[in-house]
Amino acid sequence: MIDIVLLIFMAITAIGLIRLRDLFAVAMLSGVFSLLAALLYVVMDAVDVAFTEAAVGAGITTVLMLGTLALTSSKEKAHETRSLTSFAGLLVVFLTGGALVYGTLDMPPYGDPHAPVHHHVAPRYIEQSGQEVGPPNIVTSVLASYRGYDTLGETFVIFTAAIGVLVLIGRAKSVPWRRRREDDDADPREIEAKRSAQEADL
Amino acid sequence: MMQRKPVLRVVSKLLIPPIMVFALYVQFHGDFGPGGGFQAGVIMAAAVILYALIFGVDTARKVATAGLIRGLLAVGVLLYAGVGVVTMVMGGNYLDYNVLAHEPTHGQHLGIFLVELGVGITVAAAMTSIFLTFAGRRR
Repeated sequence: MIDIVLLIFMAITAIGLIRLRDLFAVAMLSGVFSLLAALLYVVMDAVDVAFTEAAVGAGITTVLMLGTLALTSSKEKAHETRSLTSFAGLLVVFLTGGALVYGTLDMPPYGDPHAPVHHHVAPRYIEQSGQEVGPPNIVTSVLASYRGYDTLGETFVIFTAAIGVLVLIGRAKSVPWRRRREDDDADPREIEAKRSAQEADL
Repeated sequence: MMQRKPVLRVVSKLLIPPIMVFALYVQFHGDFGPGGGFQAGVIMAAAVILYALIFGVDTARKVATAGLIRGLLAVGVLLYAGVGVVTMVMGGNYLDYNVLAHEPTHGQHLGIFLVELGVGITVAAAMTSIFLTFAGRRR
């Protein structure tokens, strides 16, 4: 029952996200959306996932969005939409949504003990991770031990993301910020000096 | 950034230490309850980000210097990958923690502890550096 209510709230939030032009409100609403998703995960007993969703989706992502808005603009540009393109977009959305709904039709019901996912490696994790690995939290055993390679790859993804941001927009931070100030002050003069040197050459 | 907001400054000063302690709790209690390196890293980064939001990016940069953050970013990944190398040297497969101690479960415990610590350090450094890079950039 409560999951239906949460899903309805999420749908309302999503519609609000599409309709709004004020990007500040959009950033806030996307945080609300993530928090509702986290609540849904709690209802489904996936507390580890809910934890991550609340911390990353509702917390860090919202702050990063706001940081980006401070660099760009907090209003979305209104643009004209032609009826043909908007009709094509609507068609694509309905086709994709229909395909997704069709895909769920032959899925086992939620919580079905006979579903294939519960008969692959899950029984071994539940029955033997206590002796094989140890921690009472099976999620930790799976993430850090049974699936250690995957978590290593995930860590490398996070590492690569941070390196990418630093390479793209973090170049000025390679010198201490106090020295950078002086460099910035010196910059226009340097350009001026170069220009006058070029003019002298001519 | 917000020099004239006494309520925010006082409340954030009260909140930041418990947030950091909670991050450590999530990091080291992940074997028993929900949590682990990833969540702990994000919470630790959130404490630094809150500090930077209230007291300014330049003030936060005095502690979280670019060199320190970059160093931690690499240290976490190297710790994780290094545990795998150590298990290979000690005669096991890559990231097979059983060989780390005399008893397989003790080895697993130690391996998971180190690996989660590596994840936490890298995630905290990555989130902090991404935020500080964005926020420190002048328009």
